[in-house]
Amino acid sequence: MRKQYETVIGLEVHIELATKTKIFCGCPTEFGGEPNTHTCPVCTGMPGALPVLNRKVVEYALKAGLAMNCQIHRFCKFDRKNYFYPDNPQNYQISQLYLPICYDGTVEIETSGGRKQVRIHEMHMEEDAGKLIHDPWTDSSLVDYNRSGVPLIEIVSEPDMRNAQEVMAYLEQLRIMAQYLGISDCRLEEGSMRADVNLSVREAGASQYGTRTEMKNLNSFKAIARAIEGETMRQIELLEEGKEVIQETRRWDDNKECSFPMRSKEDAKDYRYFPDPDLPPVVIDEAWIERLRAEQPELRGDKKQRFVREFGLSEYDADILTEFRNLADLFEETVKYGAQPKKAANWMTQDAMRLLKETGRRPEEITFSPDYLAALIQVEEEQKITHKGAKEVFEQIFDHDEEPLGYIEAHHLAAVADAGVLEQVIEEVIREYPDSVAQYRDGKEKVFGFFVGQVMRRMKGNADPSVTRELLREKLR
Amino acid sequence: MGEEFLTWTAGELGTKIRNKEVRPVEAVEAVLDRIEKTEPMTGAFLSIDREGALAQAEEVEKGIRSGRYQSPFAGVPAAVKDNICTRGMETTCASRILKGFYPTYDACAVEKLREAGIIILGKTNMDEFAMGSTTETSAWKVTKNPWNTAHVPGGSSGGSCAAVAADECFLALGSDTGGSIRQPSSFCGVTGIKPTYGTVSRYGLIAYASSLDQIGPIGKNVADCARMLSLLAGQDRRDSTSLKREPLQFEEDLSGEIRGMKIGVPEEYLDEGIDPEVRGALMRAMEMLKERGAVVEEFHLGMTEYVIPSYYIIASAEASSNLARFDGVKYGYRSGHAESLHEMYKMTRSEGFGPEVKRRIFLGSFVLSSGYYDAYYLKALKARAVIKQSFDKAFASYDALLGPASPQTAPKIGESLQDPLKMYLGDLYTAAINLAGLPAITVPCTVSGEGLPIGIQVIGDCLQEKKIIRAASALEQERGAFPKAPLDTEKGGI
Repeated sequence: MRKQYETVIGLEVHIELATKTKIFCGCPTEFGGEPNTHTCPVCTGMPGALPVLNRKVVEYALKAGLAMNCQIHRFCKFDRKNYFYPDNPQNYQISQLYLPICYDGTVEIETSGGRKQVRIHEMHMEEDAGKLIHDPWTDSSLVDYNRSGVPLIEIVSEPDMRNAQEVMAYLEQLRIMAQYLGISDCRLEEGSMRADVNLSVREAGASQYGTRTEMKNLNSFKAIARAIEGETMRQIELLEEGKEVIQETRRWDDNKECSFPMRSKEDAKDYRYFPDPDLPPVVIDEAWIERLRAEQPELRGDKKQRFVREFGLSEYDADILTEFRNLADLFEETVKYGAQPKKAANWMTQDAMRLLKETGRRPEEITFSPDYLAALIQVEEEQKITHKGAKEVFEQIFDHDEEPLGYIEAHHLAAVADAGVLEQVIEEVIREYPDSVAQYRDGKEKVFGFFVGQVMRRMKGNADPSVTRELLREKLR
Repeated sequence: MGEEFLTWTAGELGTKIRNKEVRPVEAVEAVLDRIEKTEPMTGAFLSIDREGALAQAEEVEKGIRSGRYQSPFAGVPAAVKDNICTRGMETTCASRILKGFYPTYDACAVEKLREAGIIILGKTNMDEFAMGSTTETSAWKVTKNPWNTAHVPGGSSGGSCAAVAADECFLALGSDTGGSIRQPSSFCGVTGIKPTYGTVSRYGLIAYASSLDQIGPIGKNVADCARMLSLLAGQDRRDSTSLKREPLQFEEDLSGEIRGMKIGVPEEYLDEGIDPEVRGALMRAMEMLKERGAVVEEFHLGMTEYVIPSYYIIASAEASSNLARFDGVKYGYRSGHAESLHEMYKMTRSEGFGPEVKRRIFLGSFVLSSGYYDAYYLKALKARAVIKQSFDKAFASYDALLGPASPQTAPKIGESLQDPLKMYLGDLYTAAINLAGLPAITVPCTVSGEGLPIGIQVIGDCLQEKKIIRAASALEQERGAFPKAPLDTEKGGI
């Protein structure tokens, strides 16, 4: 009979920082651009060029460290990681090994299994590499150094996760954290967030960890989930067959849904790390840390709890609202303009989410004037517009930041409660459907809805529903 | 212009140009004529930018008329060591692997020369990537000592020092990682300064050992070097290791007034390893300084036995990483025979680097390897700290230290490369200064029985360039006029 196994997972996550310029030179970090146009002698490794640290990178890294409750090395250094590859113009990467900027932190995750603290082993700053482009037409390889020198932080967790769900929750927490801090957009698919998975299995209850493998080339959440499942099964099968897991780096192929060995521990590279003599140590004083601590925004967990407490929202609504900082801010601003919180939350969690799905827009790019939404909520509250009309107006606010009152007026969306206008339409309908009138008068109550519908259609949906019902009952009697 | 022209110092030429007695173009033409005559004997230059220098001279002349230059050297022709980037001028570090590398930027030090109106004649020969003490490891040519062309000029800034000694230029830029300005200055009978680490920006200096490298001036006397250093110094935001310092002004120190100054001579520097004639020169320098009213005494410095091992470990470790970028991918030489990426790397580097560079890359890679890092590299860093402490202790008692720049005079061409270890040991008096980041100056002191010059090194505490320039000026005055390299006579000739 098969034994029970437990999967043990630790993550190494690279996050590209959204500073305007690169980590060691003044070149722009922005995406795109013709190859090798965002480059200079420093980020192309020209002879005689020297790195100069961008202080903003340290600041962004400190923000992340504080958000993860990390300890901070007040005196941190950069080290050179030596290896030859053409995407690495100096043939060494400037990184941190001996004194990384942050260490010993925690990230709280929540899954169906409950809340859990994932410990952070360390976090360091480093530079990104360029990109190799293999050109099959000329049978040659070309290098684009536009990405070379883009700042990264690498967050190394302890092996505290036990399944894919926890890994997803952890990555999601990091993404949301970075987004709240404004330090990165964390797009896995575009490579601004990258994860390597260290995974081992052991018999349930064992005190020792099994031999781990490291998986690379995971460029979507789905790929990570599949890779965890695939690698867990592979390792269990090896153990079941009485074989051993080899400590090695493996490359996940998401199309074939299996991993292949890249290099084993025996031929593991010796990176010959040593302190970079071109960069003096970074001294981080108390005043700097205190200033950043004071500037630190309210993070998701706190915001969520406050929304429940302050606005009486459900945990569920608060969770959706706070997933993206800008949407949470829009909600809160709308409430500040006098909207009832529950109503504002409904628009954001239902209609806004539906529209995001329909339009495929990125949630973090959504912006509109919160006073417009507050005004719309107010108009609906006063029954000056039907809910259907309000939905149309909301779409306009959401997509085009359209001023609602002007739009209602221009598109004749104001709810009609004028008895004179409505009576005329009702009489038309009664004249047109004598059979239905007879049925209703015979006691068939469900025909009533048909009449409401007919009136609404003729009024293009703008009839005030309660006045319509009242008048209909009267006329049908 | 007559032969008299060649005897002028940079300061004298600068004054004549300022006074419109000499036009910059005339000065350039005169040195180009001189180069044509003497270069076949010295081989100091790797490349000469005749058109560029003449064009720059025209520009500078206009600038002088419009009052653009404050510097004392506007219009004075100078040479630049081949490991310092010059925009549009081939810069090879005397290595095959950088053949055809034309930088798109000037090094900070070169920018400063241009701003001061100093005319750049060309690039001087050196040991490949500044690794060597004789300029013989150059991939391109052997430079000969203008005092006796059977001898080396020293190294690694051998080309720059030989060019100044042969009057092929009035000033030159060198770089000094373990003695590369001071030792060839001694061998060639010229003056050279290695400033406090961080004084001159390293931006555009092709790194050998980043934590030790400094650019410095080489010239015909102390005043020229001191004034050139004033021009070169200054914090540069492109070099994070460059220091913020008060402007360096040495005019009052050129008086050579040293009464009451305390000067120490490490007793280890007078030990048996040293050539008797060099020891004699050092003793003579001690006497000269005493004559001028300084208190000169011997003392125990200590830790000197750790200098050579820690220097070669640290310098090679940094070099192994600094030289990794020369891989055939982006610039310079690429082997044409490779079939795959890694083969291309291997063949390019095997064909592109010379044996001394390879030896140091191997050594450096070894001492950084896992399992050896603590035993070698980390230990060397600790030794470096202890060496620095021993100097700190010395400077608590002395204003400056005196020592040789090399245990011997310039060896014959071909002698040194047979025994690299012996060559390494020759760096004892100079490499310690780089490990401790100190400033030091070499002043010609005397000429050996064989007719080779011997220079003496004055060493200062960090940031104390003023003191060493004061002491060096005193030495220079006490010594009197120094003979010229006998390049034009039968003895120096071919």
